[in-house]
Amino acid sequence: MSGVPGHGVAARLEARGVRLAYEGRVVASDLSLAVPDGSFTVVVGPNACGKSTLLRAFSRLLRPQAGAVVLDGAAIASYRPKEAARRVGLLPQSATAPEGITVADLVARGRYPHQGLVRQWSAADEVATTDAMLATGVEELRDRLVDDLSGGQRQRVWVAVALAQQTPLLLLDEPTTFLDVSHQVELLDLFADLHEAGTTVVAVLHDLNHAARYATHLVVMKDGAVVTAGAPADVLTAELVEAVYGLACVVVPDPVTGTPMVVPRGREARRPR
Amino acid sequence: MSAAASTAARTALRRLPVLGVPLRRRPLVVGALLVAACLALAVVALGTGDYPLTPLQVVQAALDPSAGFARTVVLEWRMPRVLAALAFGAALGASGAVFQSLTRNPLGSPDVIGFSTGAYTGALLVLTVGGVSSAFASATGSATGATGGGAATTAGALAGGLLTALVVYALARVRGTVQGYRLVVVGIAATAVLHAANTYLLLRAQTEVAMAGAVWGAGSLSTTGWGDLTWALGALVVLVPALAVLAPALRQLELGDDAASAHGVRVERARLALVVVGVALVSVVTASSGPIAFVALAAPQVARLLLRGPGLSLVGSALVGALLLVSADQVSQRLLPGVPVGVVTVVGGGAYLLVLLLVRARRSA
Repeated sequence: MSGVPGHGVAARLEARGVRLAYEGRVVASDLSLAVPDGSFTVVVGPNACGKSTLLRAFSRLLRPQAGAVVLDGAAIASYRPKEAARRVGLLPQSATAPEGITVADLVARGRYPHQGLVRQWSAADEVATTDAMLATGVEELRDRLVDDLSGGQRQRVWVAVALAQQTPLLLLDEPTTFLDVSHQVELLDLFADLHEAGTTVVAVLHDLNHAARYATHLVVMKDGAVVTAGAPADVLTAELVEAVYGLACVVVPDPVTGTPMVVPRGREARRPR
Repeated sequence: MSAAASTAARTALRRLPVLGVPLRRRPLVVGALLVAACLALAVVALGTGDYPLTPLQVVQAALDPSAGFARTVVLEWRMPRVLAALAFGAALGASGAVFQSLTRNPLGSPDVIGFSTGAYTGALLVLTVGGVSSAFASATGSATGATGGGAATTAGALAGGLLTALVVYALARVRGTVQGYRLVVVGIAATAVLHAANTYLLLRAQTEVAMAGAVWGAGSLSTTGWGDLTWALGALVVLVPALAVLAPALRQLELGDDAASAHGVRVERARLALVVVGVALVSVVTASSGPIAFVALAAPQVARLLLRGPGLSLVGSALVGALLLVSADQVSQRLLPGVPVGVVTVVGGGAYLLVLLLVRARRSA
C-alpha cells in the first residue's frame, strides 16, 4: 500500500514529499511520513519544527505546495471534503462552542460529515452521539451547558465531537496543552483506550515522557524534517534529545512503565567548571 | 445506568429528522407564539387606518371575493405594506443572524458594518447618476408601481451592497483569515465613508430627486405597492432556499474554521456564499424601502434571549425581525404619523444598543 521507500508497513495516511508553507514562509520543503495503520503515532520536536503544520496538512487545513497527502491511495485533496471527514477526524487546537449550547448538541455537530440535504438526522446519528459521550465519560453531562464545564470536561466534550465523526483515523493537535497534569494523564489514557479499540491515532505532543509512554510509533522532527521514527524504546536516547532539542539529559527507564524517561540535566551540567 | 436504559438512551430520537433540530419544547412554543403574534399584528394592521375594520371584517374581506370596498382596502391598499413589513423584517433578521454568527460579534450586523449603507449608495448612484428617474415614482409616492425602475434600483442596491461587503471583507482579512472584531471596526469605518458619499450624492442631485432620496433614505414602507413588492418577494423566494441549504455549514462554522473544515465544510466557499446571500437579503430590502437600521442588529439577539438555544437561530431571528418591523411600522403609522419607520427603528434600536452595551459592561465589570 505504501509507495514510499523505507516504509514497509501499511499506511492509510501518509505525506509524500510535501512542501508546507504559510504565506511564503516555508516550514517544510520535502517531508515524507507514513502513519502505520493501527498505531498510536506521536509526533514530537522543538517549537516551529513543523509538527503542527504537518498535522494541518494531514487534516486538509493546509494544502501542500508540492507533493501530496495520500489517504487510502488517493491524494486527500481529490476527496469530497465530507468523504475525507468520514475517514480522518481532528481534535483542533482551537475550537469555539456557540454560546448556550449543551454537551449533547455540540457532540451532535460531529455528525455533519454523515449528513446531507437528503439524509438528515437519523437513529445512527443518535447512537454515534451517545456512544461518543459514553466513551469520553461526558454522557452524564449531556444536558449541561458547555460554558459551565471545567477545562478538563470541556476538552473531553471536544474529543467526543471528534469521536462522533466515527473515523478510523483520529488526529490530535496538542490535545493536553491547557490542562493540569491529572487531566493530561486522564485524557491520554482515553486516547490509549481509543487506540486499543482500533482507531489509528496521530497526536502532536510537547511532553517527551508522555510521548514515550503512550506512543507505539514515535516520530521526532526538527527543522521541517523527520529526524527519526520508530518504537520509543529504540528512538529516544540522550544523544537524540541533545541533537534535536540541544538539551543535555539522561534517559532512564520510567519507573512505572519501563518506557524511556527523559531527565534534563539543566543549568548545573552546562555551567563551565 | 442499566443496559436496557442505556440502549433506550442510545436510540431515542431527540431531534427532528430534518436539520437535526433538537426536539425541545421551548423553541417550538416560542416559535409558535412568534408566528401567532405576527399574524395577529398583521390582522390589526390591515384593520386600522382611515377606514377601520374589525379583525373579523379583515378576515372576511380577505377571503370573500364579493366583499367590495373593504376588500379593496385590505388587499390593495394595506396588504402590500403589511406583507412588506413581515417579509423585509424577516429578511433583515435572518441576514443579521448570518453576519453576527460569521463575525461572532453581536455588533457584526449588516446595518452596522456598512452593507445596507453601501446598498443605499448603489441605489442612489443608479438614481442620480444613472438617471433612472422613473424609479423615484415609488419613492415620491406619485405612482403606485414602478417596476422598471425598481429592477434598476434593486440591481444598484445589490451591486452596492456586494461591493461594500467585498471591500470590507478584503480590508478585514489578515493572513488568510477574517477576525470578527476587525470586520466590525473596518465596517464601521466604511459606513462613515459611505454616509459621506450618500450625502454628497444627495447634495449634487436635482432638488426633487434629492428630497425624495432623503425621504427614502430614512427608510419607509409608506410607498410600498404591489409593483415593487413583487420584485422583492421574487428575490426572497430565491434567497430563502439558498439560505436553508447553507444553514448547516453556518452552524459548523460556529465551531471555528478548523473544526468546520475537519467536519468537511469548504470553509472559504461556504463563507463567501453566506456573505453573498446575507448581503442580497439586505440589499433587496434596501432597494425597496431604503435602509432600515437596527432590525438586523436586534432581532438575532432578542431571538436568542427568547429561544435560549445554541448560537443564533435563523428561523427565530427571521420571526423576531418580522415582528419588530411590523410593530415599528404600526408605531410609525398610528402613533407618530409622518415619521418613517426607519426613524422609529433607529430610535428603538439606539435604546437597545445602549442596553446591550450597559449589560455587557456590567457583566465584564
